[in-house]
Amino acid sequence: MFDRLQAMLMKEFLELRRDRWAMFRLVVPLLIQTLAFGYAATFTVRHVATALLDLDNSQASRGLISRFVATGRFNIVDVATRASEITRDLDSGRATAAIVIHAGFARDLANGQTAPLQVNVDGTNSNTALIALGYISQIVSLYESEHLPTIRPVSTMDAVPAVELSLAERPWFNPGIEDTWFFIPGIIGTITLIQVVSLTAFAIVREREVGTLEQIMVSPIRPVEFILGKTVPFFLIGLGDVALVTAFGVLWFHVPFVGNPLIMLLGASLFLLAALGLGLLLSTLSRTQQQAFALNFFLVNPLFILSGFAFPIAAMPAWLRWLTVINPLRYFLVVIRAVFLKGVGITVLWPDLSAMALLALALLGLSVLRFRKSLD
Amino acid sequence: MAPEEAAVLVSRISRRFGTVEAVREVSFAVAPGEIFGLVGPDGAGKTTILRMLAGVLAPDSGELRLDGIDVRAAPEQAKPRLSYMPQRFGLYEDMTVAENILFYATLFAVPGRERRERGQELLRAAGLEPFRRRLAGQLSGGMKQKLGLVCALIHTPRVLLLDEPTTGVDPVSRRDFWAILYGLRESGVTIVLSTAYMDEAERCSRLALLHAGRIQACDTPAGLKAAMPGALLAVAGTDPRGMHDALAGAPGVQGLLLMGDHVHVRVDDAARRAPELRASLAAQGFAPSSIMEIEPGIEDIFVALLGAKARP
Ligand SMILES: Nc1ncnc2c1ncn2[C@@H]1O[C@H](COP(=O)(O)OP(=O)(O)O)[C@@H](O)[C@H]1O
Ligand SMILES: [Mg+2]
Repeated sequence: MFDRLQAMLMKEFLELRRDRWAMFRLVVPLLIQTLAFGYAATFTVRHVATALLDLDNSQASRGLISRFVATGRFNIVDVATRASEITRDLDSGRATAAIVIHAGFARDLANGQTAPLQVNVDGTNSNTALIALGYISQIVSLYESEHLPTIRPVSTMDAVPAVELSLAERPWFNPGIEDTWFFIPGIIGTITLIQVVSLTAFAIVREREVGTLEQIMVSPIRPVEFILGKTVPFFLIGLGDVALVTAFGVLWFHVPFVGNPLIMLLGASLFLLAALGLGLLLSTLSRTQQQAFALNFFLVNPLFILSGFAFPIAAMPAWLRWLTVINPLRYFLVVIRAVFLKGVGITVLWPDLSAMALLALALLGLSVLRFRKSLD
Repeated sequence: MAPEEAAVLVSRISRRFGTVEAVREVSFAVAPGEIFGLVGPDGAGKTTILRMLAGVLAPDSGELRLDGIDVRAAPEQAKPRLSYMPQRFGLYEDMTVAENILFYATLFAVPGRERRERGQELLRAAGLEPFRRRLAGQLSGGMKQKLGLVCALIHTPRVLLLDEPTTGVDPVSRRDFWAILYGLRESGVTIVLSTAYMDEAERCSRLALLHAGRIQACDTPAGLKAAMPGALLAVAGTDPRGMHDALAGAPGVQGLLLMGDHVHVRVDDAARRAPELRASLAAQGFAPSSIMEIEPGIEDIFVALLGAKARP
């Protein structure tokens, strides 16, 4: 048993070493995707083209405006003098957002009355607009909380809000977290899943196509030994992926890693076992590498979408939410984000860890059973 | 041969794929040290039979025994005794000749000290020794097949199953290959092989002629030839195709087969029909250079049994 497994591992290692492009194929897409996600896939919006109309022209209104400018998230493209100019800026696309401070802003603020502030956003890019709106409301409320105590008696503080905004902010907007911090941990799970599932599926389907699989199966090797020999290298590669992207996230994007690395290792191991099971299952369903490629494509997208990586699971219709229950990525994302950002331990994460263990067991068991049959 | 003496015993095995009956009620027995040939056109079921014998494919019904071991019931016992070389032997092309051999040796649990020695010996016999360090992917087609054979023989199997081992192999490598097979037979290895080459079929000790999943005839090459009804005339001339068409339906003609620049004509009585055919061809404007009685080949027997469409 040990000899044959060793022979399988030795063979995999030799093939990997001879494949001059293997390291390139393994590492480069990983880094590119991390960089792409790290920079591009973010909820942070910078340099929103903004038009301003200050009809109050007071110290208070100028103070508020300087706050907007100071964040670096708003580019003041036009300081208007009339309301019609604001409309024109928005219509022509010159500005995405317009902030109108009405006359009497300073007076109302000082009197503790509702100070009128109007925000117009270009709804054609609703995402950007809503995010911009979120920033605006955040800045305004900060400004408000800083000014009120000195202006108004404390007792009336919890009356009407001092500055009334014309639009509501998005509920999910969470200005407390840097978005890269949220994304990088997610990328680790997603990229590792894609890489491990496809590597495993392709490696076995290739042996089937080349004919070496049939050759191996007439030898006294047991399917379990073959499967171990095929999966252990990819397990190690997967762990390498996790380590690499983690290091990259921490060192390059300065994502804090506050949790216990051992819990991360445990979570990653369970997750990788599930991913290997998925890859194996795929390989038993494909005769050719093209089929494996197509199946892989159809599988990876839903796994990604139904993981909570970018689309919150809570916002999905019930039947989709049920599908996420059998998605190992869903649980790993919870674990990895928690370990990275919150530093929580087993006591909190055990349901997710057990779910991954169960999925891994089911997927591996199913694929070993199917593997025997698929040889016919 | 008594069933318990047979190295390979196949009784009434069948296998279907969907609606295709790939193998139907096939039975044969192979004695130790025989080279048994499965001959038939593409799709006849040769590969399916060999895969079932190798234990990689389960028959729907029937019984398979290797050295008396029931292949279906005890595949783990049968595996160390047999070796199966598929139509395209799976070599790892990124590994060297020596690495491939070592891999298969370990897989088949060849004891450590024997691995080197036996590998060396087989490589020498196959004429591959100078290429030990070459990547398998960089070998010629013939060398790849020989390396496949070396890998298949590394664990000294009792029964060797070869699926079209020399298809696409150059004539010199084919000769080497057969030299190795004869050597194996001397040492008591039983060989079951399939082939599309008729000259190769004649080298087997016994043959099963397969068509559409059934055995049509099974005997030694000489026995098959003796059993062919009628006699065979070879007609040579400048327009063999024209002569082939002209002879269709002539009296006494039972079958026609175009073989390169000859027409093989199966007739009821060679002495009587030869002059008749010459006259008939002359009347239709053909001038055959010779008409001779010949020994039938395996292909002629096939056609005699099944008609021209079954030509392998
Ligand atoms: N795995 C398979 N799935 C479906 N049909 C098959 C399979 N293997 C063989 N067949 C069919 O069974 C028949 C016999 O095939 P095969 O044994 O490969 O013939 P041969 O080796 O003599 O060319 C063919 O009709 C072939 O299409
Ligand atoms: Mg075949």
